[in-house]
Formats: sequence, C-alpha cells, structure tokens
Amino acid sequence: MNEYNFAYLDEQTKRMIRRAILKGLAIPGYQVPFASREMPMPYGWGTGGVQVSAAVLTPEDTFKVIDQGADDTTNAVSIRKFFEKTANVAVTEETGEASVIQTRHRIPEQVLTEDQILVYQVPIPEPLRFLEPSEVETRKMHALEEYGLMHVKLYEDISQHGAIATAYAYPVKIEGRYVMDPSPIPKFDNPKMEMAAIQLFGAGREQRIYALPPYTKVVSLDFEDFPFEASKADQVCGVCGAEDSYLDELITDDEGGRMFVCSDTDYCRTRQGNIT
Amino acid sequence: MIRVQDVHKRFVLHNQAATEVAVMARASLTVEPGECVALTGASGSGKSTLMRMVYGNYLTDHGHIFVGDLDVATAAPREILQLRRAGLGYVSQFLRVVPRVPTREVVAEPLLALGVGKEDAFARAEGLLATLNIPKALWALSPTTFSGGEQQRVNIARGFAHHYPALLLDEPTASLDAANREVVLKLIEEAKEKGAAILGIFHDEAARNTVCDRIVDVTAFTPHLAA
Amino acid sequence: MSPLLQATDISKFYGSRVGCQNVSFDLYPGEVMGIVGESGSGKTTLLNCLAGHLKPDTGAVLFDTRADGMQDTVKMSEPARRMLSRTDWAFVHQHARDGLRMGVSAGGNVGERLMAVGARNYGQIRAKATDWLDRVEIQVDRIDDRPAAFSGGMQQRLQIARNLVTGPRLVFMDEPTGGLDVSVQARLLDLLRGLVREMELSAIIVTHDLAVVRLLADRLMVMKDGHVVEAGLTDQVLDDPQHGYTQLLVSSVLQV
Repeated sequence: MNEYNFAYLDEQTKRMIRRAILKGLAIPGYQVPFASREMPMPYGWGTGGVQVSAAVLTPEDTFKVIDQGADDTTNAVSIRKFFEKTANVAVTEETGEASVIQTRHRIPEQVLTEDQILVYQVPIPEPLRFLEPSEVETRKMHALEEYGLMHVKLYEDISQHGAIATAYAYPVKIEGRYVMDPSPIPKFDNPKMEMAAIQLFGAGREQRIYALPPYTKVVSLDFEDFPFEASKADQVCGVCGAEDSYLDELITDDEGGRMFVCSDTDYCRTRQGNIT
Repeated sequence: MIRVQDVHKRFVLHNQAATEVAVMARASLTVEPGECVALTGASGSGKSTLMRMVYGNYLTDHGHIFVGDLDVATAAPREILQLRRAGLGYVSQFLRVVPRVPTREVVAEPLLALGVGKEDAFARAEGLLATLNIPKALWALSPTTFSGGEQQRVNIARGFAHHYPALLLDEPTASLDAANREVVLKLIEEAKEKGAAILGIFHDEAARNTVCDRIVDVTAFTPHLAA
Repeated sequence: MSPLLQATDISKFYGSRVGCQNVSFDLYPGEVMGIVGESGSGKTTLLNCLAGHLKPDTGAVLFDTRADGMQDTVKMSEPARRMLSRTDWAFVHQHARDGLRMGVSAGGNVGERLMAVGARNYGQIRAKATDWLDRVEIQVDRIDDRPAAFSGGMQQRLQIARNLVTGPRLVFMDEPTGGLDVSVQARLLDLLRGLVREMELSAIIVTHDLAVVRLLADRLMVMKDGHVVEAGLTDQVLDDPQHGYTQLLVSSVLQV
C-alpha cells in the first residue's frame, strides 16, 4: 500500500540504531553516539525519537504519541500520521492500549507495564553541557564519574532562588553511575522513571541514544538539606478533579480567569468517563 | 658556636669579561656561646661579605663555616633554611618586607614560622616594639612608610623576637638616638646572657666597646690588602 | 622528613625544539620554590609537566600520596591523577578566567571542589565558601556575585580560595601576580605568604618577577633555553648569582 520501507528507515539503518539501543540498555544512562539520519521533518520535531521508534516498531505494535501529555497537538499528530503512513501500524490515544509510546516532555500518568516501550524525544542529551561547553571534557567527566559540576548547578539554583528551581530536565543518577538528562520532563515525572517499561531516549541533532532497562534505579540529584521534591501546581484538575496528576494552567478569558487541567489528556478523559 | 675555618671567596663577573675578584682568603674565626665578636676593617675589606657567607647568603668557595653542627659552606638549601628558622638570626641594615603587612606581624613572623601561636608571638612582638619605643599607633601599619630609624628598630625587634643561639648583627645601632641605642645594647647583653654567640659589625665604637668581647680585623683576610 | 615531590630528569620536546631538559629537584613539605626565567625559557612547560597538564617525554614526577606514598604521577592512571589535582594539588593560573568558572557565582566557584569530592550538604558548603571568601579578603556579601563583576585582584584571590578549599598540600602557580597592579600584587603576596605558612603548603611558583620570588620563595631555580642554569636558596641566588645568565637577570632589574 505504500512505497516506503517499513517505518521509513532502511533495514541497515534500523539495525545500526538497534545496536545503539542495545548498547544503551547494557550501560544504562550512557550516551551512545549513533549516525542520526535526515528525517522528513525539522530538528526539534523529535527526529531522534522518531528514529528510535522506527527501529523498535513491528507491524503488530500499537503506537501512541504525546506532546506535553496531549495526543492532539500538531507535533504528536504529525508523528502519529507519519508512522501510520510509513509503517501502517495501529495507533491509539489510550495509554494502556499502546505498546510503543513516543513522548515529548511528559511521562503518562497511568503506570506503564513490562510489555511497553517509552521513547523520549531529547533536545540536549548532555546534562553537563550548560556548565562545561567542551564535549571532550564532558565525556571525560562521565568516564571518570566527575560529577561535582552537576551539584554546582543545583547550588547556584539554591543560592539564587532559595530552593532548587530547576523544574524540568532535572538531572538524575542512574544505578549509582551515570548522570543523565531525563529530557525536558517536569521533575514531577522523575520518580516515575523507576518503571516496568523500557525507556529509550533519542537525540537526533546531537546524535545520541541512551536507555533505561525496566526497574532501573533512578535517583534525582539533591542536597541533604535541600532534598528533591517532585512538585506540581497545588491545585486539582478543573475538568476531572484529579489531585495526583501533573497540571497545565490555562488562561480562559481576558479577565484573568484561569483553570488547571491534567496535562495528560488520555488520563483526564479516562477519569471523566469513569465519573459519568 | 660559630667557627669559620680557612674560608675563601671570589666573585666571577661573567658579563664583564669573566673578571675574577678575590674578596676573601684564609678567613678563620670562632665565636663561643655567650660571646660577642666584632668584625672591623676599612670599608670594602669584606666585613659584610663574611657575615653574608656565615648566613648562607653568599656561597663559600673554600673552607668551612660551622654554625652549631651545620657547615653552611656545604649545606643544602633546606638545611640552611632550617638553621635560619631556629638557629641563626640576622639583623641587616635594611628592612625587606611585603608591603602592607602590619609591623606587629613583621616582628612576630620569625616566631610564627617556628610554630609559636599567634597570641604568644604577637605578645612578644608588641613587648619588643614597646621596648624599642615604636609608638603603639604604628604597630598596625606597614613599616615600609616608617623613617629610617624606625625601620631599623623594627628590624632589630624582628631579629630579637626569637632567642637565636647564633646571631649576626649588621650595624645594629646605626641611625638610632641615644635612648634607643641603649635599648639595643641591652638587648644584645641579654642575648649574650642567654648564651647567644653574636658576630657583628659596629661602626659605633663606644657601642662596640660596651658589648663586644673581642675584635677580629678582617683586613687580614682581604687578599689584595693582606698580600 | 621526606620529600613531597621529587622530579627526576624531566624533559619535554616540541619536535626538535627543547621545552625543558633534564630537570631534577626535590620539594619538601612547607617549601616554596620559585622558577624564574624569561619568556620561552621553559618554566611554564616544566610547571605543566609537573602538574600533569603535559606529559613529559622523559623523567618521573614522584608525589608522596596520602594513601600509597611515593607515586610517579606521570605513569599514574588519568583518573588517579585528576583526583590528585582536585584534592592534594592546586593550580593557580595567571589569568583568573582560566581557573574560574565565569558563569558561576563566587560561592559556587569555591564550592565546586568540595562537591567534586562528595560534599552534599548545601549549608555546610556555603559556610565553607563564606569562610574562604573571608580568608582571601573578599566581602562575604559578594558570595552570590559572578567573578565577572570582580576586579582582577579579587578574581585572583577567588581563584586561590577555590583552589585551597579542599586543603591541598601542593600548589602550582603560574605568574600568580602577573597583570595585576603593584598595590594589588602586594596584597596577594601577603595573602599567599600567610596561607603557605598557616596551611603548611608547598608551592612551586613560576614567574619572571624577581621581587615576587624574593618575598615568597625559599628556593629558586633559574631557567634558560629549557635548562636549569642555577638553583639554590632564593636570597643566595639573587645576591650571589654564579651563572652569567643569572647575573645578567639580577643586574637588569631596576632598583627602587
């Protein structure tokens, strides 16, 4: 029905990416370089995540894409359509139905299971980048486990804001070894990363893949006297009434009216269905 | 305590046609503990050179210079540093200090270097400064801006802060008024009583006669004069 | 007492050009050694070889490590050497911006070495940074300012605080007073002297300024064309120089 190879990429490329993924799974948190391909979409639209998804998708998979928790944003819709067209896989908006979920900026609220794969789109994979511009030096720092600099960043946060103000892309340490950027998910999602599903991270422009096998230990960095907190807006969802989900703030009119709603649209919809 | 044995010294001026200037030959003398010996001789006869050699400031070409058990003529730099820290003091005519360091600290420094606590070292320094009539208002200031006489007294205070068993004095009473001169002579007497071996240059003849037990005329060691 | 650092037969070549050749010396705890010479004499090359920034072509740099005694830092694994340079060693650069993180606050700069060796209590790190700013005479209320807002002298003092906070035993300094106003130099020298004494630091100071070594260094090495031409007690080398080059160097300095 279409003239594309399954999931757009040729088989050689997918094998290359799978090797990078397997290496990443073998060394959790380690950034594996890979030969990122040009994709028919601009960088910043999730080209890394798309290549990882293309490499792990099989014809039997059910695919879901979320952007900021929502299935119906431009980015999510176009990536979902891309794989509908090039891989002809089933798609869904229901978290529980999906076998592969590609995400930008969120982890679904519903607990993921062992038969699921979560693929993250990553803009800047190097957590040390903003403090140390040299790639040679950051690789050495990872190799030698010299992570003092990461805490310097948190120190700066506290000294300037009185608390750790980093709210997303909050650095984590994997199995006591590699410090990793969890991609720009809110720190509210950090504790969820110790999960049953496989987590794969793809950075297209930066040509890096990293991964977490199921049940990997993920610790958010902090200070003894300023412990990590998975914070969210101190509100309930204005639509479904959820108290435990991450909320987006919506401006509803020109008079300062606002409401908080679940950022995970599927979660919110499911809860509404249960209520009515 | 100080034994100078058959010491020779010459300077080689490499940048002036490698001219060799012999300045000392066959110099020998001893200073016993509790004794003060004055070096005399005309200007240029080598008094200061010999003092500097004893201090390790000038190298010795030949012979031995024992201060206690250490032969300064052959000792390694760190042995000389160790000797200077605890065993051998030197009051030069010139004060050489880091600008900005308060006078109190300049004087206490030899004690601090020996590991004496700050409080004790400062107390000793302040006692000496008071004895030498340095106004209290100046103690917290750097001596670099002081008058020549005041700098000289700070230098003396520093030299006497620690009770060195051997002490070299280069014109300790020069540019001092009568009162302060008396104070310095008293400090020298006290050091002798404590057993210090003192070698000095005193142009002030009366002072020399007061504190010195013997005189050694270095003219006898000056090659071009003695020969 | 045994040496803290033992350099034997250090040579470094840049192609056929000599960086430094056959340099050997011992440095004992608490000693400050100066290395003087004009630009291109090899003094900075030697310092970089000693500090592990350059790998010498021949020779050994033995350091008395706390755990295992004398170890050749040239042959040491890179992680071990880098650990050494974060703990027992310190390096003060001529240009403070080479030794500071200009985008990080003064407190963060001082705290980095602490965090690098595992400090994880913000309050304690901050207290220690505050103490060190005070020790290097930087007003404590500047702790959250970035070094870019500091004067040259303050930046240099901050660099020293950042280096000394983990209590190193050996400090390498490359022209620490270079480029500073004379009055600022004096303050820095005084500070360094006090710290060397209080912390019983050993130091190796590379400079072309003879006044600096006279005030700071116990011992002196004079370098020319990559070779050590003369070494000894600092005041002896300066007042009774034996080598023609040293005599020239000393006599070229303007007296004030």
